[in-house]
Amino acid sequence: MRLPQWIRRYGPPSLVFLAMLAAWEAIVRLYDVPPYILPAPSLVLETLATDWATLLPALLATLKVTFGALAAAVIGGVGLAILFAQWKWVERSFLPVAIVLQVTPIVAIAPLLLIYLEPSTAVLVCAFLVAFFPILSNTALGLASADHNLVDLFKLYRASRWRTLVLLRLPAALPYFLGGLRIGGGLALIGAIVAELAAGAAGKGAGLAFRIVEAGYRLNIPRMFAALTLISLTGIAIFAALSALSAYLLGRWHESALGPER
Amino acid sequence: MLDMTRPQTLVSLRGIGKTYVNGTVALEGVDLEIRGGEFLTLLGPSGCGKSTILRLIAGLDAASSGALTRAFDNVGAAIGFVFQEPTLMPWASAFDNVFLPLRLQGQSRRMAAPAVKEALGLVGLADFAEAYPRELSGGMRMRVSIARALVLRPLLLLMDEPFAALDEITRFRLNDDLLRLQGELGATIVFVTHSVYESAYLSTRIAVMAARPGRIVAEIATDDARPRDKNFRLSPAYASSCKRAVEALRDAVHGEDF
Repeated sequence: MRLPQWIRRYGPPSLVFLAMLAAWEAIVRLYDVPPYILPAPSLVLETLATDWATLLPALLATLKVTFGALAAAVIGGVGLAILFAQWKWVERSFLPVAIVLQVTPIVAIAPLLLIYLEPSTAVLVCAFLVAFFPILSNTALGLASADHNLVDLFKLYRASRWRTLVLLRLPAALPYFLGGLRIGGGLALIGAIVAELAAGAAGKGAGLAFRIVEAGYRLNIPRMFAALTLISLTGIAIFAALSALSAYLLGRWHESALGPER
Repeated sequence: MLDMTRPQTLVSLRGIGKTYVNGTVALEGVDLEIRGGEFLTLLGPSGCGKSTILRLIAGLDAASSGALTRAFDNVGAAIGFVFQEPTLMPWASAFDNVFLPLRLQGQSRRMAAPAVKEALGLVGLADFAEAYPRELSGGMRMRVSIARALVLRPLLLLMDEPFAALDEITRFRLNDDLLRLQGELGATIVFVTHSVYESAYLSTRIAVMAARPGRIVAEIATDDARPRDKNFRLSPAYASSCKRAVEALRDAVHGEDF
């Protein structure tokens, strides 16, 4: 009997994950490992429930920063990519600045930003900086990758530059943009966490990373794991949501979202 | 509006030369007249400048020397262009691809719908208006591309090796469809190919080109009998056109492996 598609797709990775958790639980119980060294998954789950009142506001704070930064990165990245596509001198002028911001490690920038800006703004700017570049570079690449024959066709029909942008270059760039968005979504979370760690080390902050730093000072290892679990789940949820968005928007026409040809 | 039933000159090229910025001389001293209602084929080896001539006629490129005159002003409305690939927007349905030229002219979807449906009907795809390019075969995609070029009812249809990537049977079928469409619409067609047989089957006139630099070395008037049915491929007139085209092509490439 052939198993349903969803079981074949999600069954094996789920089994591997559950097996890893079971092995972790077994080792902790078998060797009687104390929770301040390594808490068992069951204890992490229990801590998630008991510390929920502390962790939920922290999760919401991290989510607020992540999505705020991602939205700013989308607006800034796509906007600048459009300007790059329309005027080459804009690209020549601004791309080096974007590259400098991209290649400078965010952990080195975060402490400086915390000096100059309010902690909440500094965290948002850090997350924005890491999410911005992949969206900018992917979208710019997509806008420049429109089929040159179609560009000629628009030229033949005397389409204005803006109509060519709206009807041809933007749809052609959509798969590239969505690829950049998926990378940017994960990076926004990482940027937020890194900045929160820096802020947490300075005694300021409210997000999940701050709770990790705080729990570390108190040797509350189960809470550290619980916060870490929430961060991982958030990252997975962002990736899954953006993948679903990509599949929805590209579902009928782009190779990346299609199965084998008819 | 021009009267397409009379052999009026639609486009005239006089001493046209094209040199690219890297110094490549694509065309040199090209003289050519395109007359209303004819099916002119540009036949020649790869790199002889056939596509460059089409681009110059369409105004997509500018000549480096010589004079190109057109008997019409609005190039976008008067010229339809079909590329070697179907060149469809993959995110748009067949309807929306054919709608594009009308949309760029400012027509609404509702206003353009009858013309779009008619163009799709002309190429036999009336039932595939909502299909996306990926859901169509190679031949059907090329038909959509032809419908898009025809939707404005252009005076002049420029076709750059449109059937080169198709299998022989599909190509024969599309050759027949193209002749039928020309008969129905009375459009003038300039067709680029490197196939002697295709040029002999479709054309009323063949301009044979040589490369390095690209130039026209011979013009062959083929049998004028129309419509051409499937038996034309077996006729002496067709064989004679093929023979003359082969000879002219051989002279054009100076017998290089030919």
